[in-house]
Amino acid sequence: MRHLAIATGLFIATSVAAETPVLQVYTYDSFNTEWGPGPAVEAAFEAECGCDLQFIAAGDGAALLSRLRLEGARGEADVVLGLDTSLIAQARDTGLFAPHQVQAEFDLPIAWEDPLFLPFDWGYFAFVGQVDGPAPTSFAALAASDAKIVIQDPRSSTPGLGLLMWVKLAYGDQAAEIWADLADNIVTVTPGWSEAYGLFLEGEADLVLSYTTSPAYHLIAEDDASKRALPFDEGHYMQVEVAAKLAATDQPELAERFLTFITSDTFQSVIPTTNWMYPAVVPSEGLPAGFETLIQPAKALLAPPDQAAALRDVALEEWRRALSR
Amino acid sequence: MAPRPVALNRGAMIRGWPGRSAALALAAFLLAPLIAILWRAGGFGSLSTADWPALRFTLLQAVLSALCSAALAVPVARALARRRFGLRGAYIALMGAPFILPVIVAVIGFIAVFGRAGLLNSGLALIGVAPVSIYGLHGVVLAHVFFNLPLSVRLILQGWQAIPAERFRLVALLGADSASAQRLLEWPMLRQVLPGVIAVVFAICLTSFAVALTLGGGPRATTIELAIYQAFRFDFDLGRAASLSLVQFALVTLAGLAALKFGTLGGPGAGFDRPVARWDLTGRGLRLADALWLGLAALFLLGPLAAVIARGLTGLTHLGAAVWQAAMVSLALALAATGLTLILALTIATARRGWVELVGMAPLAASPLVLGTGLFLLIHPLARPADWALVVTLTVNAAMALPFALRILTPVIAGIETDYGRLADQLNLQGWTRLRWLILPRARPALGFAAGLTAALSMGDLGVITLFADPERATLPLMVWRLMGAYQMQAAAGAALLLLILSFALFALFDLGGRRHADP
Repeated sequence: MRHLAIATGLFIATSVAAETPVLQVYTYDSFNTEWGPGPAVEAAFEAECGCDLQFIAAGDGAALLSRLRLEGARGEADVVLGLDTSLIAQARDTGLFAPHQVQAEFDLPIAWEDPLFLPFDWGYFAFVGQVDGPAPTSFAALAASDAKIVIQDPRSSTPGLGLLMWVKLAYGDQAAEIWADLADNIVTVTPGWSEAYGLFLEGEADLVLSYTTSPAYHLIAEDDASKRALPFDEGHYMQVEVAAKLAATDQPELAERFLTFITSDTFQSVIPTTNWMYPAVVPSEGLPAGFETLIQPAKALLAPPDQAAALRDVALEEWRRALSR
Repeated sequence: MAPRPVALNRGAMIRGWPGRSAALALAAFLLAPLIAILWRAGGFGSLSTADWPALRFTLLQAVLSALCSAALAVPVARALARRRFGLRGAYIALMGAPFILPVIVAVIGFIAVFGRAGLLNSGLALIGVAPVSIYGLHGVVLAHVFFNLPLSVRLILQGWQAIPAERFRLVALLGADSASAQRLLEWPMLRQVLPGVIAVVFAICLTSFAVALTLGGGPRATTIELAIYQAFRFDFDLGRAASLSLVQFALVTLAGLAALKFGTLGGPGAGFDRPVARWDLTGRGLRLADALWLGLAALFLLGPLAAVIARGLTGLTHLGAAVWQAAMVSLALALAATGLTLILALTIATARRGWVELVGMAPLAASPLVLGTGLFLLIHPLARPADWALVVTLTVNAAMALPFALRILTPVIAGIETDYGRLADQLNLQGWTRLRWLILPRARPALGFAAGLTAALSMGDLGVITLFADPERATLPLMVWRLMGAYQMQAAAGAALLLLILSFALFALFDLGGRRHADP
């Protein structure tokens, strides 16, 4: 009898669980760690949706898109959170995503109109260095200086690709010359952001390619004001991180609700000090103390998604040739 | 008397089939994912013009790294083989450490010593010498030597220790000097062992990616593995990734064939397992040279390790519960992978067939990205990949460690068979009995070393888990990676130190356990 009771209990438990809808959100690895926005976002959304929000992490943004392409229309994802502007055109071409209905007033330096992709945070790429270190004010000045930099490979890293596009947009046909001039400043090229930032903190280079918000991490989390981002005269390339609803989702309403939640104060106020990026919609309480110390680039650069792919291939070949010499 | 040869043949066949099936299963495990990718891509993709320089650089650095590692390992292994000193056991165990470090951690340790702001250049600056740059082909080779010198030393040392004490006694009785001992005993042994060592290091360096790029200093140092990476995530060109992966397989197969052709298997002859005593090595010059080699190797290997330890100490006290949980997951995985690898390695090594051994080396050529993606494509239609994350990680780790276990066990088992095989055949020791009474006892030190290396490698390998990422259970290397990606460099250094401690503890436990009372 006891076994029967346990079995019945289990049956009831599973059927209750089955009634709770599950929303599967694919995201990049660092989003869903105990220091990332994941846990706070999950708790807050589950408190209001009566659902089970599951984050599934898959590498970085580019790996995320590859994963979705591998799974195709048979995938389990309802929402993807963590593609960025450099991936949008390719992502759109897959036809895997459905339009969203969310209306929001974005606090982005550029106008945002996209039926599929909804921004959740953004940032500027920048060279980060020590407060008492070298401070060139442009790529040309950097190339002329003897400051040592460590950058990421555009083929394996998002910031690396950002830098590639930054130089290309700022210098157009002269991009190859800038790279050739920068060659003697580059200590090394790493596969990803972590290695590069690690080497910079070890003192291996004066400057590292990162974000304008990086000094905020050191200031707020470590109470260390010794890092700064360098404003460049050419303007700064932007990264906008976006979320989207999968066309094949079996939870379209819930997915839509989550996308709306993304633009809410609750979600957006978590972003600055967990993802160390600017919120796409500044929450009513404003940005956390410390963010006011960050540099404000005079000009925001961003390749239009439909041109990004073509520009990228040309720029990559220029980069490879200039640095292989 | 008539049935005797029949019984022998049957014995040989029974001995062969488990090894052949294990090799076939392994080949299927490596090929099925590649076929899944080809199926999905609709055929092979063509290589781009940028792939040829990548192929050239990959080959160049792998050949140089293999030759340098082997060449430097010979004098160190010789010194270890012929000298007895207090911390010799610890020294030999320590030789395993660089090899088992996760790449990203080891690179940062390596740069802390040899980098622009490293110890070496700080020292040079003190005496007014211009700084040396580590970035470039020489840096890639030096880093690969750092990783692979220990393995090479251990493999060569194993060859030295297989020379029976009686041979050296005979050399001494004949009044020969150390040069004659070298010519008569040591050269023939090296000729047997070195091709295998060079082939295995070559194969390891062939799939190098993060080390080659970071220390190579830029796109000149693009390897095939990076091209695969690019094909997957940049161009989503699965066909090209499959073609590149096949190039890697072909190169490792060629290396394996060369090793089989130039290296001969077979023992140096049986002895009574007496402790080796050398009468030919009393000269002060020789003693000094040995001490110098041992000292230099220790300095070279311990410097970066010390840097990893120093960086990790503060972070070690601030590790969260998630890190400890990840450590438990990794420990369990490592032990399971060790069991699986040893069983496979023993069955394959006792089969004693060339092609079987060649298959055993193939995992070295498998790109983790290709393997992981292929497995993902195979599993996805049937089940949730995240549910299989740990099983896949375990299997891939076991397969990836197999070539090392085989490189350690095959020569030893071949030696045992040449020296004692006929006696065992006469006694009709077959199958399990042969394993239990002949092979396992005599191969115990090699088994311990193989188990230790496998456990440590599985512990430290990021493997394919990032593709399958299970939200609840991360492994320790994945944890280090995630911490670094979230600015938590200090915590990452602490977790890396924990990883080093656990990997090394597992390694030392198995290795010393195998060598206990076995090493003269």
